Amino acid sequence: MSRIATDMPPLAEFALRMGDTCLILGHRNSEWCGHSPALEEDIALANTALDLIGQTQLWLALAAEAEGRGRTADDFAFLRDVSGFRNLLLVEQPNGDFGRTVMRQFLFDAWHLPMLKALTQSSEVRVAEIAEKASKEAAYHLERSGDLVIRLGDGTRESHDRMQVALDFLWPYTGEMFFGDAVDDELVRAGIAPAPESLKPAWEAHVGSILAEATLKAPERSYAQKGGKRGVHSEHLGYILAEMQFLQRAYPGAKW
Amino acid sequence: MSNLLSTQMNREIPPPLTPPRKGEGGFNVAESSSPLRGGVRGGGIEQAESQPSIKEIWSWLGEIPDPEIPVISLVDLGIIRKVAWTGDTLEVTVTPTYSGCPATGVINFEIDRHLRERGIQKLALKRQLSPAWTTAWISAEGREKLAEYGIAPPIEGTAACGGALKPLDVSCPRCGSKETEKISQFGSTPCKASYRCTECLEPFDYFKSI
Repeated sequence: MSRIATDMPPLAEFALRMGDTCLILGHRNSEWCGHSPALEEDIALANTALDLIGQTQLWLALAAEAEGRGRTADDFAFLRDVSGFRNLLLVEQPNGDFGRTVMRQFLFDAWHLPMLKALTQSSEVRVAEIAEKASKEAAYHLERSGDLVIRLGDGTRESHDRMQVALDFLWPYTGEMFFGDAVDDELVRAGIAPAPESLKPAWEAHVGSILAEATLKAPERSYAQKGGKRGVHSEHLGYILAEMQFLQRAYPGAKW
Repeated sequence: MSNLLSTQMNREIPPPLTPPRKGEGGFNVAESSSPLRGGVRGGGIEQAESQPSIKEIWSWLGEIPDPEIPVISLVDLGIIRKVAWTGDTLEVTVTPTYSGCPATGVINFEIDRHLRERGIQKLALKRQLSPAWTTAWISAEGREKLAEYGIAPPIEGTAACGGALKPLDVSCPRCGSKETEKISQFGSTPCKASYRCTECLEPFDYFKSI
């Protein structure tokens, strides 16, 4: 129940942040399975979820290895409570309508891809290897989400308005991606990961150009909701975990 | 999320039920090119002599169909990165196609089963992430088989870069027309996109370049 596992090596902490963010977004996307507005989008969301859960396995396995206490990726996913999770607040926000889900994915992808590309240069070879693999998948995610933001934003009056509402709602959760803390400082010093703020110009440029094409307007305000990286979450994460972890909590060690 | 890939599958299994294919080759010493041949290990000659050659093992692996696209083999797909003997243990190194591809577990199971049926007793499956799998590793033969099966093979050099979408020159695997359009970046498996032909009007899968 500790608020922040400060006793964790920075590499383990970093792998948790990446893995938890992928896990929670993958889970959110999977909630659409069988409910999407079109068959193709149902399949696309499920495939994106699959990629993210696959990446989660790699990151959480690395976290387990770097922590060195005999925990496994499964232990991290299914046996931690809210305060143990290190995901960005953005990805735990409820799906809302399809437009919000697409917008959340786009705002994330536009950060995820440059992050992974930077990580391919990591001094830690295990990080670089995961990033090399994941970045190929993330490139397809970003193509799709950017394309959909344009089509829906510059679509009908109804779809445009919904995308604008989604953007306004999600905007305060984007700042967290670019704030560093003491763990980030150590990671930068060790050459393991880039400084979070260093990714901002590329993100702003890409998001700006897609939004312009989508005839959408980013909010002026810059207040950022933060806390995910140190285990302080919105109320939504608890509900996700309740569903995701139920089986392992009710039947500890169950396998199939 | 237990990972079959990282598991060393060394469990004991009964002797093979099937003889070497076609009654030839098999464990024939003369045809083998194993580096352990020739009594290098002194007292271990007996064991070494029963080791099939690396070449032979590659050909066995070439018999295993991809579980999701059974017209091509695991070797055609380019995911077998290395086959080597370490002492009396056969090491097969496999790289995943997509991080979350659900076929990964099945693939490892099939490799394990197929090689054991051919008499391999000590087998270690290793996972290798880097260099990351690319569709450029799909064999020429594999590409032909894909097209014949109705899946347009990947066009190299067109992997996503996260930028704006650019239409690709994907030919319809049924009628050969270049008048095709993408329906979705994603398809029935992580490795495919959904397309349709605007001439013969048939939908088809395109194997994405990655």
